[in-house]
Amino acid sequence: MAAFVTKRLALALLVAIFVSSISFSLMFLTGDPAIAIAGEGATEADIEVIRRTFGFDRSFAVQYWDWISGAASGDFGQSFYFNQPVVELLAERMPVTATLAVFSIGFALLLALPLGILAAVKRNSLADRLSLALATVGQATPSFWLALMLIVLFAVNLRWLPVSGADTLAHFILPSIVLGYYASPSMMRLTRGGMIEALRSDYIRTARAKGMLPRTIILKHALRNAVLPVVSVAAVEFGFILGGSVVVESVFSLRGIGYLAWESIGRNDFPTIQAIILVYAMIYVCLTFLADVLNAWIDPRIRVA
Amino acid sequence: MTTAYTIQDVAGPSPRSLMWRRITGHVGLMIGLGGLAVVVAVALLAPWLAPHDPYAQDLSRRLVPPVWAEAGSWAHILGTDALGRDYLSRLLYGARVSLLIGFFAALGSGLIGTTLGLLAGYFGGRVDAVVSFLVSARLALPVVLVALAVVSLFGGSLTVVIVVLSLLLWDRFAVVVRSATKQVRANDYIKAARAVGCSTGRILVREVLPNLGSTLAVVGSLEVAHAILLESALSFLGLGVQPPTPSWGLMVAEGKGMIFFDARLVAIPGAAIALLVLCINLIGDGFQDVVAPQGAS
Repeated sequence: MAAFVTKRLALALLVAIFVSSISFSLMFLTGDPAIAIAGEGATEADIEVIRRTFGFDRSFAVQYWDWISGAASGDFGQSFYFNQPVVELLAERMPVTATLAVFSIGFALLLALPLGILAAVKRNSLADRLSLALATVGQATPSFWLALMLIVLFAVNLRWLPVSGADTLAHFILPSIVLGYYASPSMMRLTRGGMIEALRSDYIRTARAKGMLPRTIILKHALRNAVLPVVSVAAVEFGFILGGSVVVESVFSLRGIGYLAWESIGRNDFPTIQAIILVYAMIYVCLTFLADVLNAWIDPRIRVA
Repeated sequence: MTTAYTIQDVAGPSPRSLMWRRITGHVGLMIGLGGLAVVVAVALLAPWLAPHDPYAQDLSRRLVPPVWAEAGSWAHILGTDALGRDYLSRLLYGARVSLLIGFFAALGSGLIGTTLGLLAGYFGGRVDAVVSFLVSARLALPVVLVALAVVSLFGGSLTVVIVVLSLLLWDRFAVVVRSATKQVRANDYIKAARAVGCSTGRILVREVLPNLGSTLAVVGSLEVAHAILLESALSFLGLGVQPPTPSWGLMVAEGKGMIFFDARLVAIPGAAIALLVLCINLIGDGFQDVVAPQGAS
């Protein structure tokens, strides 16, 4: 187990370093970031000043090292547009996105677990087909459109929920439904598959033979074994939710990290964009690492591979 | 009394006709194929089907309601948008953008992913380790954010969106092709090809690749759908296809401001995206069922 964890940790670190260099070099894609920052109509002298001020005249390796060693100690530099340290911006916006992500994953589990269990227990029944249809349609619906349609229905026509903003927890209901709906199909499929396998196993047959209540068998014995892989996928989906939050946050005007990303991308605010991409990638790397370790801990066969 | 038996009676239906029967018997697959055929036809025939020029603005006829509304007329079946452009014509032309980007982005990412997957699955060892490292790194990057950032640097256009999505969506191709190649590699005919001295390139292209057809078709259709959804999201956020090009995602964005007065402007193009993606996903899922009926992925 220790060897497995060490190996995974080393891989995670390598991925982190590689991804950080990609997110840093995004700024240099068009050649000279100074020109992009200066914008249209800037003179050669303006560009030269910007180049000096931000240190773009140094070699790429030096600039990267400067940035990544700063980032490692929590200093992502100064935002060009907001004129304040990027770390402060991230800290201001993080609670909104964190709340959104937790609510979303909660909604996804609330949707996926019962439907997955129902679909497994009553295979090929109407419930099974309905949950499959729900997942298929969900994967095809653009999130921004679903968000707008929910706003029209629940916020404008029925007036049950607020349209946009992040003042109360009620503001998080619609965005979480949208994001959670997207995360649910993979979990639903995994719950269904895991439950079907668990229900087929010998210990369930024994439990049935002993005359246990079907409900106890399903919820206590089978679910316990089926739910663990779902937890690790939930960790990965959490990362996807963070990445997808840029669309939903912009529709609902939730001023979280996703909204910040959208604002800074439109304004060529490179330090902020780089920091957000780096932070999201690091969260993803950590979550998949934890999920791998969790899986290996549950299922020793994985440790060998 | 003599009975004439043909080969078919003894051998049963040929594999080809069996496959055909499975395809035509799969309801989801047929619905998906039918739906996609309609959209492709619309995209190709848009100049003849569209009642108006999709770019022609008529400020005296702004926000004309659709034909089913009281004030609507058959002149503008889906009404007009805020600039007086015929909504049906824009919707028909919008199919072109979605299909073009979906197809070419899947093609580009398919080329990258298949190459990496073939190399990783065939050579194993270090090559495999490098490819799985690249896949992990790609998965760690948030697709929407990176795509937005890159498109904003280069300016939104069809080509930029296609290139960016090609560079971001190859991971599933690589993973699936890698494991399929591993299976194919174990076959005797690969050993035979190596024994007679075929070059590695020839073995990969002539012996391994033809066996991956169904795998590539399944992943390919899912990635077409994925790319269409991402394009619509990028265009919706203003960093994809630029106005006045009729893109469905952009049309939703343009209608967003009027959503409280005229939800039609948002509902119609969004529903078009959802239906197209649904059809393509049905094809992918259906094809998966047809080639692997046991449900083994």
